Amino acid sequence: MRQDTGFEHCMKCSICTVYCPMMEVNSAFPGPKQAGPDGERYRLKDPLFFDRALKYCLNCKRCEVACPSGVKIGDIIQTATATYGKSVPGLRDRMLANTDFVGCAASAFAPVVNAVVASKPAKALMDCTLGIDHRRSFPTYSSERFDVWFRKHAESVQTQYRDSVAYFHGCYVNYNFPQLGKDLVRILNAAGYGVRLLEKEKCCGVPLISNGLHKAAARNAKINLASIRLAGTTVLTTSSSCTLAIRDSYPEVLGIDNSDIRETVILATRFLFENVESGRIRLSFRDDYHARIAYHTPCHLQKLGWNIYSVRMLEMIPGVELVRLDQQCCGIAGTFGFKKENYEHSQKIGEKLFSLIRDAAPDFVATDCETCKWQIEMSTGVKVLNPISVIAEALDFEKTTILNNH
Amino acid sequence: MTEEYDVLIIGGGATGAGTARDCARRGLRTALVEKGDFAEGATGRNHGLLHSGARYAVTDQESAGECIRENMILRRMASHCIDELDGLFVTLEEDDLQYQQLFIEACRSAGIRADAMDPEEALRLEPSLNPGIKGAVRVPDGYIDPFRLTTANVMDARNHGAVFHTYTEVVGLIRESDRIRGAVVRDRRSGEKREIRARVTVNAAGIWGQGIAALAGISLTMFPAKGTLLVFGHRVNNMVINRCRKPSNADILVPGDSISIIGTTSDRVPYDSLDKVAPTASEVDLLIREGSRLVPSLAETRILRAYCGVRPLVADDSDPTGRSISRGIVCFDHGQRDGLDGLVTITGGKLMTYRLMAQKATDVVCSKLGIEAPCTTAEVPLPGSGSKEGLKAGRMSHRAAMARLGTLAGRIPEEGEMLCECEHISEGEVDYAIRELGAGTLSELRRRSRIGMGTCQGEYCALRAALRLKAAGKSDDFVKKDIMDFLDERWKGVRPVAWGEALREAQFSSWLYEGVYGLGRDGSEKEDAQ
Repeated sequence: MRQDTGFEHCMKCSICTVYCPMMEVNSAFPGPKQAGPDGERYRLKDPLFFDRALKYCLNCKRCEVACPSGVKIGDIIQTATATYGKSVPGLRDRMLANTDFVGCAASAFAPVVNAVVASKPAKALMDCTLGIDHRRSFPTYSSERFDVWFRKHAESVQTQYRDSVAYFHGCYVNYNFPQLGKDLVRILNAAGYGVRLLEKEKCCGVPLISNGLHKAAARNAKINLASIRLAGTTVLTTSSSCTLAIRDSYPEVLGIDNSDIRETVILATRFLFENVESGRIRLSFRDDYHARIAYHTPCHLQKLGWNIYSVRMLEMIPGVELVRLDQQCCGIAGTFGFKKENYEHSQKIGEKLFSLIRDAAPDFVATDCETCKWQIEMSTGVKVLNPISVIAEALDFEKTTILNNH
Repeated sequence: MTEEYDVLIIGGGATGAGTARDCARRGLRTALVEKGDFAEGATGRNHGLLHSGARYAVTDQESAGECIRENMILRRMASHCIDELDGLFVTLEEDDLQYQQLFIEACRSAGIRADAMDPEEALRLEPSLNPGIKGAVRVPDGYIDPFRLTTANVMDARNHGAVFHTYTEVVGLIRESDRIRGAVVRDRRSGEKREIRARVTVNAAGIWGQGIAALAGISLTMFPAKGTLLVFGHRVNNMVINRCRKPSNADILVPGDSISIIGTTSDRVPYDSLDKVAPTASEVDLLIREGSRLVPSLAETRILRAYCGVRPLVADDSDPTGRSISRGIVCFDHGQRDGLDGLVTITGGKLMTYRLMAQKATDVVCSKLGIEAPCTTAEVPLPGSGSKEGLKAGRMSHRAAMARLGTLAGRIPEEGEMLCECEHISEGEVDYAIRELGAGTLSELRRRSRIGMGTCQGEYCALRAALRLKAAGKSDDFVKKDIMDFLDERWKGVRPVAWGEALREAQFSSWLYEGVYGLGRDGSEKEDAQ
C-alpha cells in the first residue's frame, strides 16, 4: 500500500497543540504535531522511533479541526499505533473495544450484570484484574435489546408511511439505552417517515480502532457498508462518533472506500433540521414544555461540523432556554477514560467542561454522544439527554402526526 | 607569532579531517586550516551514498574495488554515521536488461556481492519502486552521513593532539628555496595574517586545490563539475535505488537520515565561478522527471530544497593534452612531481574513499619525515561508533540523538526541552554541539546536529538555537545577524523549489521572523531610521 503522505502538508504552525486536551494535563504526551506529522517522518526512517506515549491520544480530533493545512493528525496517530505499536491489546482493551459482543452477552443477563458491575466488590475486582478504574460508573445494560424491541413492536407498521429511512442505532442504543432509538422511531413516524433497520449492523468500529484492533474494525466496516448499500436510502444515526467513523474513519483510517454512500449517512438532528427547513416535515411542540438546557458539543460532532443542527433543533422548541457551552473535551474519549491508567487525566481534562456545566445550572445537559453522557453524568451529577430524546419529550405527537400524515 | 608543526593540512573536508586523524594517530604534531567550516564543500554536498562500488564496476574496476573495501571498513569503524540499507540497481522498461548481466559479472569480479532478483521480489523489498521495472540487483550500498563522519574524524584527531583552525584561509605558502615550509594564513573573521610552519604541507583543499598549487607555482588542473541534488521531505524509499545502466543523470535515490535525496546532474563550470554555483530550474526539472521514473511518488512528494556541489576532478598527468580526467585517487608528492619538496596533494577520489586517501597522504608524509608508524584508521573505530542498542527506550529526542551520535549520546542529558521538532533535537544536544563540537554559529550547529535540515528549514529551531548560542556567550547583535544569515542561507536552497508546501512554509517563516519577531531586513532598517 502506498504511504499516505498527507502529513507533508503540516506547516509546523503548532496550532493543533493549543487545542489538544491531553497536552494540557499530561506532559508525557508529545502532542499532536510531534506524535503526528513530525513523528511520522521518523517512523518512516525507522519503526523503532515509534513512541509508546502515542497511546495517550484521545482521538478527539480537535487537532484536525484546528489544523489550517488539513492534516489528518488524529488519523496519522491512530494508524501509527496500529502499524508500529506491535503490542497486542490485552483482555481489558478487547472487552472495552468489543461493544457488540460484550453488549450482547450483558443484555442477556442485564439485571444481574448491572447490579454486579455497580457493586463495590466487582468494581474493585475489575480495577485490579482488568485495569478498569473502580471510580468509573459503568453504563447499565438493557434487558431488551433495541433491535429485538423494534422487530417485535414497531417493524410491522413501518410501511404505512409516505417515506422511509434506515436507522443505524449503534451499540449504545441497542444494548444500553433502547429508549433513544424508540424516541427516534416515534418522532420519525409522527413526521411521516417509516423506519427500517439495516439488514446487518455491527459496531461502527470506533472502540476497535482506539484499541488498535484495526482488522476487526475493517471487518465490521465492510459488513456495515454492505448493509448501507443494500438499504439504498438515507441512513440516520443518533451517535456522533458512529457517524464520524462511518463517514470518515472508514476511508481515512481503515482505507475502505465509502464514497458512494458517505453522503447518505447523517445524524438524525441534521435530517430533521433540513427537512423542517425545506418544509417537508412540520413539527408541533407542546405548550407546557419548559427546560433550561446546556448543550455540549462532542469532539467528534465538532469534527463533523454538525453541532449546529442539534443546536437549531433544540432552539426550535418554544419552551427551551438553551445555553451553548464552549466546546471542551469531556475527557472520556470513548473507552479511554475507563482505563485505570487514564482515569486521572480523563477527569482533569473534563474539569473545564464540568465547571461550565455547574455554572450554567441547567435542568439537564443535551449532547449527541453516549460516552460524553456517561462522563458528564458521573462527574457532575447532572442528567444528560440526546437532543432526539429532548425533542421526543417536547413534541406534541398528535398534532405533529396530523401535520405530516394526511 | 609563528606556530610550528610536523604537518599542516589545508582543507577541512572528509579527506583533510581524515588525514589529520591519521597523522595525529601516527604521532605527528598536526595542524589543519579550513577557510570556512568543516564539511562545507563537496564533502557536505553529495548524496551521502555509502557506495558498494557497484556504480563503478562496469567502467572502473579499480574504483569499484576501493569502494567495496572501504565500505566494509567504514561499517565497522564509523557505524554511527552509517545506515546499512542495501541498494537496488533496477532496470526500467526503457533500459536494456542485457546490461544487468554485464553489471553483475563486473560487480562480482570487483568483489561486490550482487544478487539478481525478479521484479516482484524487488517491489516487495522496496515498495516505492516503479512497478514497471524489468529486473533488479541487490548490492551492499548504504547511507553515510558526511557531517557526522567529518566531525568524528576531527574529534579523534583532536583527542590525539591535532589543532584545527576554521575560517582560516591560506593566502600564501612559505617557500624556502625548493621546499614548502608551511603557509601564510588569514583569519577571515579578524582579517589577521600569520604564519603556520610545518615540515610537510598537505593540500587537501578539494576543488580549491588548484588555487593552493598555484600559490606554490605548480600547475594542477582541476575540472570543476557541478552536481545538483534535491532533498525530499521524508524517506520515500528505504533502500538506495540506482538505475542499472551506464552512470548518468538523476539515477541515484538515497534515503539519508530522515529524508531522501535524488541526484545528480553533471555540468562543467569554470574554475573562477566556483563560489557562485547554484541549482538551476532546468536541473530541478530534470531531477524530478528522471527521479520519478525510478520512484513515481517523487513527482508528488514535498521537496525541501535543492543544492549543488562541485566534484574535484583532476586532469590526468599521463595525458599531455591535459584534457582527460584522472580516475580514482590522486596523490602527488610534489618533490617527485615538480621538484618542490614539503608539499603533498591528495585529491580525486570520493567521500567513500576519504579514509584510504588520508592513509595514502599520511604514508607519503611519514616517509618524508622518516616515521614508521603504521596506519590504524581501518581498525580503530571513530568516536561514537558502537552498538545502537537502546534505541527503543526513552524520549524521542534522546533516541534520535542516539541514532545521530552513537555512543556519544551519553554526553547529553536524557531529559530536556525539544529544540528542533522536525529532527527531534533537544536543547541538550545543541548545547553539546556548542560546547564539545565547537559550533559557534547556526550554520555550524546545523552541520553538527541537523537543526534547520528538517521540514521547516529553520522556522522554529533558528530562534531557539540562537538563544542557546546567546546562553553560551554570543552577543545580541551577533545572534540577530546570525539568525538572518542562517535563514537567508536556508532560503537559498528553498528558492529553486519554491512552490506548494515549500513556498507556504517559507512564507510562514518570514511572517514569524519579520512580522512577529521584527527581525527582518525591513525591521532593522526601520530601527536604524528611528
